[in-house]
Amino acid sequence: MNIAVCVKQIPDPAAPGRLDPNTFNLVREGKLVMDDSDSYGVEMALQLVDRAGGGEVTLISMAPNGETSGLRTALAMGAAKAVLVSDPALGGSDALSTAKVLAAAILRNPFDMVITATESTDGYTGTVPVQIAEILGLPAVSFAKKVTLDGNKAMIERQSESGYDEVACELPAVVSVTAGVVEPRYPSFKGIMAAKSKPIETLSLSDLGLSADQVGAAGAREAIVSLRKAEARQAGQIIEDDGEAFAKIIEYLEQLKVV
Amino acid sequence: MDFELSQEQESFRKVVADFAESEIRPYVAKWDEEKIFPLDVVKKMGEMGLFGLIFPEEYGGSGADFTTLCIAIEELAKVDSSVAITLSAGVGLGASPIYHFGSDEQKATWLPKLCSGEILGAFGLTEPDGGSDAGSTTTKAEKVGEDEWLINGAKAYITNSGTEITGFIVVTADTEEGVTAFLVPYGTPGLVVEPPYRKIGWHASDTHGVVLQDVRVTSDSIVGTIGKGFAQFLATLDEGRIAIAALALGLIQGCRDESVSYAQSRHAFGGPIGRYQGVSFKCADMDVDVEVVRNLVYKAAWLRDSGRPFKREAAIAKLYSSEAAMRAAKDAVQIFGGAGYMDETPVARYYRDAKILEIGEGTSEVQRVVLSRMLGL
Repeated sequence: MNIAVCVKQIPDPAAPGRLDPNTFNLVREGKLVMDDSDSYGVEMALQLVDRAGGGEVTLISMAPNGETSGLRTALAMGAAKAVLVSDPALGGSDALSTAKVLAAAILRNPFDMVITATESTDGYTGTVPVQIAEILGLPAVSFAKKVTLDGNKAMIERQSESGYDEVACELPAVVSVTAGVVEPRYPSFKGIMAAKSKPIETLSLSDLGLSADQVGAAGAREAIVSLRKAEARQAGQIIEDDGEAFAKIIEYLEQLKVV
Repeated sequence: MDFELSQEQESFRKVVADFAESEIRPYVAKWDEEKIFPLDVVKKMGEMGLFGLIFPEEYGGSGADFTTLCIAIEELAKVDSSVAITLSAGVGLGASPIYHFGSDEQKATWLPKLCSGEILGAFGLTEPDGGSDAGSTTTKAEKVGEDEWLINGAKAYITNSGTEITGFIVVTADTEEGVTAFLVPYGTPGLVVEPPYRKIGWHASDTHGVVLQDVRVTSDSIVGTIGKGFAQFLATLDEGRIAIAALALGLIQGCRDESVSYAQSRHAFGGPIGRYQGVSFKCADMDVDVEVVRNLVYKAAWLRDSGRPFKREAAIAKLYSSEAAMRAAKDAVQIFGGAGYMDETPVARYYRDAKILEIGEGTSEVQRVVLSRMLGL
């Protein structure tokens, strides 16, 4: 069982982010870290490979500046190796370009499944997983909250608004997993030391047979045309408890048809 | 001259810090209030390999140096001293004596389980009538057969001695040939763990008295050499002092960070209290101690890891850091004022947790004795 996991390296969410005033894209300077939402996919892949009794987890990532520290985190968790596509021409890539690059990188190694997060924490388009599946000509199962293997099939519980769907899917397939689906392990010191010597294959666009005009700002078909601040949430209603507050709260909940 | 930790040590520091933020901070007030030993969290620490950090891979350890263990203790203690002492004692008192002095069979039997956190080991040295005078062991081990020993006595203030996963206690006992260390597995008839102590602090750490009534063990439970039990213990003590200093370092940082944040958000007399020097100077002094103690801890750990003598530096680090921790906790409570006296604030917990640092693993007075002797006095 070989699984490719797409891992995005993003600016540290703990530090305040900044948008480029011209392109409205997030400024990606300095150190990047593994997107927390990808840690669930890494953990799920490690568990599936472990249960299958063999195989390995390969990380797939794309970053304009050759950054590897986020990948080292996932390697320390137990992934075997990583493929990093890094090329100055990738700056300003839209979701589809990203999917093209990741799909080409995924094809470098044999795989039975591709796992992604449902969306990244910095971009939030949520479209890349299905685009990868389309490019690779594979079935896509999004919002998986549980994945088990049954021979050459994946049995997947797919989160829906009202509950979950049970889906069976032939492999290979692209599966996007929701946060909280598994509990990502903390890397051990041994894992961190081992990650130091695990291979990260760094590729340029030409290594993947892609040209600069297909990707990055040059190839983007999607542009952010304007930007405005999210509306501040209205202040809630404050009920002072004069001994009868419960009645007002029940009345309010009844209005919402919650009770 | 180089003060940099390795990139891997820095990555590890971040992992432990994340762990402490996610797995400890949200629950620590409850553990403190209800005196809960957080078994699930201790098990997770085992899965992360924290208990096996400094031991060789053949026993399930990580083969890391002592400096790396200090990093883990420091990061845990920034958030909670109880969890930090559980790790420090689990490694230094539970596993280290087995690793340093145990037979091959004892190592093979116990170290893998200790390294994985499946079990904790306890170390029984202190007795109800003898703390700093640790050589005056009244617990007796009598040879009663070809291969059998009978142990009687009582041990006091034993960390990790009453958890669900405590696997054994190593006790020092007086024999005809001098003080000897015996490993007594839990479940051995006559080994009685007393109810938990009511402590000022370290509420989420496990501490009991342990009584040995006609406990029978065989000769293969002797740890190290007959008659050398006390000397063996002294050899591992210096490492424990650095570990306590690392714990103090974490606590001082916790005090500083809570104090600075409170000084910025709490307003009085028309502005944040941090603009008054009565408050800001206390924070500045805490910051000085963070830096001083950091240098003492990691210098001592570095000496130890380089195979050089470190007795003096370990004593200095332990002495200075524990007294600095008391100062920082006292000042942090003062900055919080009335709120600081309430158990709801973290600084109240830091205050209660700090005092033991001047007592455990050699009191401040014992450290001064060590240093005075080294000065030829």
